[in-house]
Amino acid sequence: MSTAAHLVIRDLTMSYGQTIIQKDLNFSVARGEVMAIMGGSGCGKSTLLRHLIGLVPPASGEILLDGIDIWNTDEQTRLSLISRSGVLYQGGALWSSLTLRENISLPLQEYSKLSAKEISALASYKLSLVGLAGFEDYYPSEISGGMQKRAGLARAIALDPEILFFDEPSAGLDPVSSKRLDDLIIQLRDSLGATVVIVTHELASIFEIADNSVFLDSDAKTMIASGPPRELLKSSDDPRVLNFLQRSTA
Amino acid sequence: MKSINAKYQLSVVDNAATLTLTGAWEYSNGIPDAAALIAELRDQRPATLSFRCDALQSWDSGLMVFLMTLANLGKEFALAFETDSLPPGAQKLLTLALAVPERSMPRRTNLGQPIVAKIGNITIEAHRNWNELLSFLGETFISLTKFVTGKARFRYSDLLFQIESAGPAALFIVTLISLLVGMILAFVGAVQLKMFGAEIFIANLVGLGMAREMGAMMTAVIMAGRTGAAYAAQLGTMQTNEEIDALRTMGISPIDYLVLPRLLALCLTMPLLCVYADFMGILGGAFISATMMDISFNQYYLQIQGFVTLNHFIVGIAKATVFGILVATAGCFRGLQCGRTASAVGFATTSAVVTSIVLIIVADAVMTVVCQLLGV
Repeated sequence: MSTAAHLVIRDLTMSYGQTIIQKDLNFSVARGEVMAIMGGSGCGKSTLLRHLIGLVPPASGEILLDGIDIWNTDEQTRLSLISRSGVLYQGGALWSSLTLRENISLPLQEYSKLSAKEISALASYKLSLVGLAGFEDYYPSEISGGMQKRAGLARAIALDPEILFFDEPSAGLDPVSSKRLDDLIIQLRDSLGATVVIVTHELASIFEIADNSVFLDSDAKTMIASGPPRELLKSSDDPRVLNFLQRSTA
Repeated sequence: MKSINAKYQLSVVDNAATLTLTGAWEYSNGIPDAAALIAELRDQRPATLSFRCDALQSWDSGLMVFLMTLANLGKEFALAFETDSLPPGAQKLLTLALAVPERSMPRRTNLGQPIVAKIGNITIEAHRNWNELLSFLGETFISLTKFVTGKARFRYSDLLFQIESAGPAALFIVTLISLLVGMILAFVGAVQLKMFGAEIFIANLVGLGMAREMGAMMTAVIMAGRTGAAYAAQLGTMQTNEEIDALRTMGISPIDYLVLPRLLALCLTMPLLCVYADFMGILGGAFISATMMDISFNQYYLQIQGFVTLNHFIVGIAKATVFGILVATAGCFRGLQCGRTASAVGFATTSAVVTSIVLIIVADAVMTVVCQLLGV
């Protein structure tokens, strides 16, 4: 695993109008690392993710992907950077009017010059990676929630992204499906060599897959801890972090 | 290093095949066709297939799709894959992709249906729709009865909000369309009536047309596209988000809580909008008469006053009320019937508008004949 920073967040402030969500965020994600963004409900984890994937511009600060500020560059470069990342949304966000094959094919049709047959073969391969071989012609409404998540992951990796963003991948899944998805994320990271940024408050997932983490707090409106989750559990002296990681209410 | 296109070369020695991969195996360069290789492997039937990747410059999903094609071929005859010399990442991905066998049920290759099955499905669907409609109408009738007896459970603030959305908020579009319809009626009539020197009857044409037909009809069409569609989209989205299920499980009737305020709102606002549209249309006709026919506003007014009676307006208002009920019913029915996907909401909205407009035209035809028979 290379230690070069793939994603750098520098002095980031996020706000909706006049309301500050989080401020003074500073952290970096090394290439090939799994970074967990954690914190309680409503602390701004998903908002941070929406900033990182280029959906919402920051109030101030920089988001550097491969050394380029995605919000301070020309549109062409920004789109090129964003197309090199894959996103798995909380509910899968599959396009309901398209089959699974069509869902995966759409980004390939937009960003590659492959023939329809080649795109179809690639879509089948991506589905087989997530254990959905044979479901190419199913619509999202015809498969279970866990399968939708996996199909969403297949679409997220359609363009062989260098960085993968996950928004609450375990939300709504039973523990077995959740574990299976965590394993899949790690296997894909290991084989694709992709950097992974994961927003979650699922402790099992955090300890299982995260190499590093940042902890956002809704009262302080900033990150109050960072480091490998197990080390934070052992050495953090902040009660908010410990309560979260120990799942206690003290 | 200069990137060269992906190439492969097969050599078979003593029943052991070796595939040498060279160049950049990236899908952006295109995926090499494996047809010739497959034909050769089928022909020679080696027992093992190993790889040499010394000159493999780079790889991504392009290589993996190629390998998957070979792996699937390997299932046809006993071809053992020796993947040790593949890049480690590719080995892991191949293992992952082959870990879960393909779904045993047959693939859905043909989503089309034979014509007989289509007719059957359409008939079953029509029957189901008809049952649902009857059930919806029955429930709505019960709900209205409860409203009349003061037993319906809904929030009056919702009713006021719906009245505001369906009435005052629609005034601008009703004004615009009615003025233009009045002007068009006057303009079309003027061309014909001028030939007979009967320009003054333009007032009769516009007055009667707007009061009995066009005022109600155009308002209804506007409300079908605007408010009926909104009802279907709102209720459809609520259906998708399980909000309607939540109401039912709490013992709150969605008909009382959601349909009744919308139905009452359109019943109340449609007659008012219709009267407003009538006058706007007549005003539009007056403008054309004054500018093109030299008929003064006073002449126009006196001609309308002498010809168009209150009865004509009442017929239009009655029609508008019926249209309002139809638009609200179609919008709410399609919304509650909506499936649980985003595309289902779109379909429900389209369906609500089409249903409303068809019902409006059919109801108008029926009411026109009835009025004729009754001599109204």
